[in-house]
Amino acid sequence: MQPTTPPPPPDAYHSEVTLRVNGTPRALTVDHRTTLLDALREGLGLTGAKKGCDHGQCGACTVLVDGRRANACLLLAVALDGCDITTVEGVAKDGGDRLHPLQQAFLDRDAFQCGYCTPGQLCSALGMLAEAAAGHPSLATDPDAPPAQGAVPLTPDEIRERMSGNLCRCGAYPHIVQAVEDVIR
Amino acid sequence: MRPFAYVRARTVQEATAAHAAHPGARYLAGGTNLVDLMKLGVEAPETLVDVTRLPLDAVEELPDGGLRVGATVRNSDLAAHPLVRDRYAAVSRALLSGASGQLRNTATTGGNLLQRTRCPYFQDLTKPCNKRAPGSGCGARDGVHRDHAVLGHSYLCIATHPSDLAVALAALDAEVELHGPDGERTVPVADFHRLPGDHPELDTVIQPGELITAVTLPAATAGLPSAYRKARDRASYAFALVSVAAVLDLDEHGAVRHLGLAFGGLAHRPWRARRAEAALLGATPTAENVARAVAAELDAAEPLRDNAYKVPLAHRLAGAVIGGLAGTHRT
Ligand SMILES: Cc1cc2nc3c(=O)[nH]c(=O)nc-3n(C[C@H](O)[C@H](O)[C@H](O)COP(=O)(O)OP(=O)(O)OC[C@H]3O[C@@H](n4cnc5c(N)ncnc54)[C@H](O)[C@@H]3O)c2cc1C
Ligand code: SF4
Ligand code: FES
Ligand code: FES
Repeated sequence: MQPTTPPPPPDAYHSEVTLRVNGTPRALTVDHRTTLLDALREGLGLTGAKKGCDHGQCGACTVLVDGRRANACLLLAVALDGCDITTVEGVAKDGGDRLHPLQQAFLDRDAFQCGYCTPGQLCSALGMLAEAAAGHPSLATDPDAPPAQGAVPLTPDEIRERMSGNLCRCGAYPHIVQAVEDVIR
Repeated sequence: MRPFAYVRARTVQEATAAHAAHPGARYLAGGTNLVDLMKLGVEAPETLVDVTRLPLDAVEELPDGGLRVGATVRNSDLAAHPLVRDRYAAVSRALLSGASGQLRNTATTGGNLLQRTRCPYFQDLTKPCNKRAPGSGCGARDGVHRDHAVLGHSYLCIATHPSDLAVALAALDAEVELHGPDGERTVPVADFHRLPGDHPELDTVIQPGELITAVTLPAATAGLPSAYRKARDRASYAFALVSVAAVLDLDEHGAVRHLGLAFGGLAHRPWRARRAEAALLGATPTAENVARAVAAELDAAEPLRDNAYKVPLAHRLAGAVIGGLAGTHRT
């Protein structure tokens, strides 16, 4: 499952790909079986995105691909050649010196206990905020309201529904909802 | 996982040609089902033909008022599309009730229809399963089958099809466009998935190498009131125990001019309830009439030891959805 080092010449089962990770182009030779999650963690040493279930069921591996949230454990790195990837390591501002307001809100609200799900929660919430701002509905959005032109207002029900792809074994859900509410106010 | 070759197709012709040239090839779309099954060892392709960069990622309005949805349109984009929300509400609602925000961003229209069953025996190589290993037996029949089929199952397989989208598309008379080595053809979504019969290894009527290029939504059901409702074990991010999609058109006297009704979670394919539809045609959709019509459909149910609860659940869900569309019942 791991990118081999030193990289073997590309053959039928390996390819060279370039991912722009947190703004920096990274060239890799990957075994085709390598998921984005393993490429980030094992190949690039970016261990922020976590492996919880490895089957799309928990959201711990959530990163942003071309600005959209996705489960890195089900994406093959070879299929993402040329894509922009943002991991939790790339969320803080000024080269990591200044926390993103959402990160600060997680701290202020005590929105985690063990923290294992937190990188995924943060990336998922960032993706989710962009989706709502673009007017994307969720199951909590009234289907009888005419298609929204602008942003969907994020009630606690909306936040819970839109964040349901991120499980928290420690049950920090109420504080996660509050932290997200803090950044939309 | 077995090593595999990877081909990125740029055109439909390139994709089908690459599939034909590589025995043991599979198309790769979002990968949210295929990569999962490869990790489990259920799928072991020798080559993946990546179709995500084909020019099939648009929702086009057809001259007659229908919509043509490209096979690689992501589930989240389809659910949010203004014309889909406006004309085919059930499609948007079905998509939004499936999986998670992350998964919907990756999953595609074509891949969603072709996802495999979530039967736990199918996903476990150490268990018997006629769908995965024909002739090995069905672990679910006398095992854990609370989530399994009550309609149209066979002695060999009692699995259900897990897609929410397919149920809404079946109710709305959508069609699947296929592009294969022998040319193009179109199949109604309601006939695309099979009943298990003697060949549970075949989920659909798709032929080896055929590529889904699009799904078309017909003008006939555009703009009619439609809805989707799903019962599940948790409030979000869970597969359906039972789901219902319906589209309803009433005439000026309040009688049913058209009803499309389909159930999810009950069978090996979206269950288009033709008998219930026929029973309601021309009738007023009162609670009694709806209950009688749905009962006529569900009379055929043959529940297993642990899933008889699905029959009354389906009955009540259908009553609520049709009643909601007719304005006689608030869903
Ligand atoms: C945790 C979890 C929860 C989920 N919950 C739900 C749910 O509640 N409701 C629901 O409906 N779904 C649910 N899903 C399933 C999800 O919707 C599907 O995995 C997804 O829609 C598949 O689309 P894809 O593009 O990722 O397909 P892939 O995984 O890429 O492909 C699936 C299959 O289709 C084939 N294929 C793909 N595209 C084409 C094409 N154009 N032509 C021919 N063959 C093609 C592939 O070869 C493969 O066999 C869930 C999945 C997970 C992991
Ligand atoms: S129900 Fe079908 S998929 Fe499940 S074990 Fe039986 S044969 Fe396999
Ligand atoms: S590790 Fe990817 S969803 Fe659980
Ligand atoms: S904080 Fe422990 S899993 Fe969420």
